[in-house]
Amino acid sequence: MDESISKKRTVVTQESRVAFPPHIKLHRDAVRQQWLILAPERVFHPDEISVAVLKQCDGTRTVAEIAEKLTHEYQATIDVIQPDILDMLQDLADKGLVDA
Amino acid sequence: MDEQTPKHVSESGMPVGARETDDAPVENQANEEEACARAPIGMLCELTHRCPLQCPYCSNPLDLERANTEMTTEQWQDLMRQAADLGVLQIHLSGGEPAARKDLEDIVKVAAEVGLYTNLITAAVTLTRERVEKLRDLGLDHVQISIQDVEPGNADKISGYKNGLEKKIEVAKWVKELGMPLTINAPIHRHNIKSVPKMIDFAVELGAGRIEIAHVQYYAWALLNRAALMPTREGFNEAAKYVEAARERLKGILVIDAVVPDYYAKYPKPCMGGWGRGIVNITPQGRVLPCHAAESIKGMEFDNIKDKKLAEIWLNGDAFNKYRGTSWMKEPCRSCDRKEVDYGGCRCQAFALTGDATNTDPACSLSSLHEEWANVAEKESHAPSTDFVYRRVGGAKKADTNPA
Ligand code: SF4
Ligand code: SF4
Repeated sequence: MDESISKKRTVVTQESRVAFPPHIKLHRDAVRQQWLILAPERVFHPDEISVAVLKQCDGTRTVAEIAEKLTHEYQATIDVIQPDILDMLQDLADKGLVDA
Repeated sequence: MDEQTPKHVSESGMPVGARETDDAPVENQANEEEACARAPIGMLCELTHRCPLQCPYCSNPLDLERANTEMTTEQWQDLMRQAADLGVLQIHLSGGEPAARKDLEDIVKVAAEVGLYTNLITAAVTLTRERVEKLRDLGLDHVQISIQDVEPGNADKISGYKNGLEKKIEVAKWVKELGMPLTINAPIHRHNIKSVPKMIDFAVELGAGRIEIAHVQYYAWALLNRAALMPTREGFNEAAKYVEAARERLKGILVIDAVVPDYYAKYPKPCMGGWGRGIVNITPQGRVLPCHAAESIKGMEFDNIKDKKLAEIWLNGDAFNKYRGTSWMKEPCRSCDRKEVDYGGCRCQAFALTGDATNTDPACSLSSLHEEWANVAEKESHAPSTDFVYRRVGGAKKADTNPA
């Protein structure tokens, strides 16, 4: 049955240039003073780190570049940050929240 | 899940709208309280009760509101502005058939302008490509198309409408061609439960990102038609098993949301995420309800958006405060540790089945009436199906309105 499915699961790697599809919105909620991700019939709460990552996900930067950038901001090593970001983005890709 | 890794993005456990899944996660209660305290996050707008289809499980009230009592374009537009100011995040333009309103575009336009996430919930049969394209250009974010079955003849029979499926497929293709996200909504009952695997394939083939396998909830028309709709427990279990496996197999391809039929569940769903917590429903004439079925509770009064502001109604309206929180509860809910998980289930169902909305929803296995109702469901599901009472103006009058 799987053969009939043309669409494939998106796999996020360090080379991926991740971006939001048009219908997913990283939204600053002025009333509640928090960041939210708006998706069809769903709302997600990104934490501070993920907001920092997601703001960089504009489809031009690779995951490796984003990770590198954040090592400075969060004073953590790349081998801690990169796997964490990859996990997070893969999870979001599986939920249909980001493209890669 | 590995508890060591921090979860950076948690999903809100609050249903945002039409979705009433049994499995919406409650991952972050603190966030939830903050998000819901001041404002609803989802607003369901029944723009009209007109619809060319006549589904016997329609969630509209038995007493359908007439076209000439519907709110004007300006009134809907003003409501969109109020909603955004209050802090509503998503709006669901529903019906009836929302496309039956010629000013759907004008309403979407304002909603998008004020930053609301806009979702169109449609039966699709009357949409044209031009309208879908226009709606997209105006900022519509998401389209949800309901189907009755993937077998055309059966779909026609359920909806009381000819060749609907063909038209729906056409519209679904336009939606995808126009680059918009698509959800297929499939209300499930005994006349289509066997099609669940095919419905999932259907959604994948059309390029939908989501499907709702939504077992019919037995309020309104569905309650009237329960003996024609209730699936057997065995049938339900089989479908549930299939859905679970498909979810794993289609990870990253299709999101499958499932709604369990109450009568076969152990605990009830927190209907609407709890009364007056996250969702507000507007009827075609502007009545503001905590739940689309709330008017079925006799003796309740509802404010109208034409008389008062949305914020005022949400925060202080009698109907919203009546069953908000947990203080109105009786036993067994009152001393139950799930009371802030499911809020005692559905008030409308409690009223419909027990005559008192403050009772525990009989869908809950802890309700003293649960067995009785589970038995009724069991019996009805194994008896030959009754005829459908189709949803149409005056349709319920002819039928016996006492389902018990
Ligand atoms: S459930 Fe059927 S009859 Fe009711 S609004 Fe939807 S398409 Fe129309
Ligand atoms: S007794 Fe009430 S609160 Fe407890 S699980 Fe049942 S419905 Fe929910």
